[in-house]
Amino acid sequence: MLIRPAADLRDHDVTDQALYLDRRRFLALGAAAGTLLAAGQGLAATSDDAPTPFEAVTTYNNYYEFGTAKEDPAVTAPSRLKLAPWSVAVDGECAKPGTVALDDLIKPLKLEERLYRMRCVEGWSMVIPWQGVPLGQVLKRFEPNSKAKYVEFTTLADKAQMPGLRVPVLDWPYVEGLRLDEAMHPLTLLATGLYGKDLLAQNGAPLRLVVPWKYGFKSIKSIVRIRFSETQPVNSWQKANSREYGFYSNVNPEVDHPRWSQASERRIGEFRRRKTLMFNGYADQVASLYAGMDLRVNY
Amino acid sequence: MRWLKPAAFAVALLPLAWLLWRAGFGSLGVNPVETINRYLGDWALRFLLIALAVTPVRQWTGWPALARLRRMMGLFAFFYVCLHLASYVGIDLFFDWAALWADVVKRNYITLGMIAVLLLVPLALTSTNGMIRRLGGARWRRLHLLVFPASILGVVHFWMMVKADIREPLVYAVLLAVLLGWRLWGFARRAQRA
Repeated sequence: MLIRPAADLRDHDVTDQALYLDRRRFLALGAAAGTLLAAGQGLAATSDDAPTPFEAVTTYNNYYEFGTAKEDPAVTAPSRLKLAPWSVAVDGECAKPGTVALDDLIKPLKLEERLYRMRCVEGWSMVIPWQGVPLGQVLKRFEPNSKAKYVEFTTLADKAQMPGLRVPVLDWPYVEGLRLDEAMHPLTLLATGLYGKDLLAQNGAPLRLVVPWKYGFKSIKSIVRIRFSETQPVNSWQKANSREYGFYSNVNPEVDHPRWSQASERRIGEFRRRKTLMFNGYADQVASLYAGMDLRVNY
Repeated sequence: MRWLKPAAFAVALLPLAWLLWRAGFGSLGVNPVETINRYLGDWALRFLLIALAVTPVRQWTGWPALARLRRMMGLFAFFYVCLHLASYVGIDLFFDWAALWADVVKRNYITLGMIAVLLLVPLALTSTNGMIRRLGGARWRRLHLLVFPASILGVVHFWMMVKADIREPLVYAVLLAVLLGWRLWGFARRAQRA
């Protein structure tokens, strides 16, 4: 029997290898999401946390590189931010520093779905279904050495792409940091997508941090550099106003921002305020990281 | 010029009409409570500046009829201040009086905002012709100097609320400085001549 390709199928009709692999990844992701949501425990948010509509998640953003109004990033970022090629420089206290293309950083790992609460320091919150990989798994391959106590992240700062950089609202580039054990914590996610789609520019595409028990500004967007360091990084908001924004910035209803209460929050889409939860409701998983620390001092 | 006052009255209601229109069509954005509160606060400050601008503009343009708008603009400033306060207490805090008291006591920008409101109350109450007559022109004018500290507190209230981008409150501060500076300059010149 003669087996031959159909005459109307040509080489370019064959599904691209990457896409084909993506299909499996997509299925795996769906399955993972299904189990997680069904189980409704552990990493998933509690049952009264309905996901915030996609429209709201993608039009109400704090991303000052694209303007300081919440509506600005969705308008200015998508047409300006060049997402490919994208690479991340990893350096500092590690055995295998180097600049890695985004695909090489993420592809070896299995994408996971995480439904996380996101609490902004300003007093509003959302629930967002993210896709990404645990940051710890990414960091391991660079083999941080014994001096690596902290991880510092840097956002792209390109005046040609980011109109907001012309205004010295913050000391650009945007910098954030975590203690190494916070970075290695299984809840800490390096996200590449939300709602099953690639991240949009206004949400910090193509690669951003998600640390669900900390105020939103810790979850740095559009990461171009990761550095292991022995000393505590100075994050941008701390630099701008250290009395109001600290290094840790854990969600804490008992420690107010000097100018407003953090006891409650407005969930986007809801009318009445709701109580803010300790560590944004993730105390079971993360409180032990801060055992013995005075959270009023280490705000 | 019988149309001037009704026209100004109608125009001054447009910001509120626009807000209600947007609310009716559900286009107040992702965080409607914040949108409403900020919007009303913006217009409260704007009408304060407009009220303070009436006299200088009247003198520059030499159009005396404008004087008839001063009280109306001041009252519209108070009107939007009240709406701003009502949206904060009624919509944002949903009448959580404990939270309100905590805010007033602990948050400097809210404390200052509240003081500004209190300073404006006697001005609104004494805005009628009858009250002007009862108080007498000199005393009434002295009382209404309170509009200056109230406006300064209003701008400081906005400035202190902003997280990092101070450009917008800066615009209000500069405009207010011009309006106050113009009065101080006039005062100094009159003092010199006397």
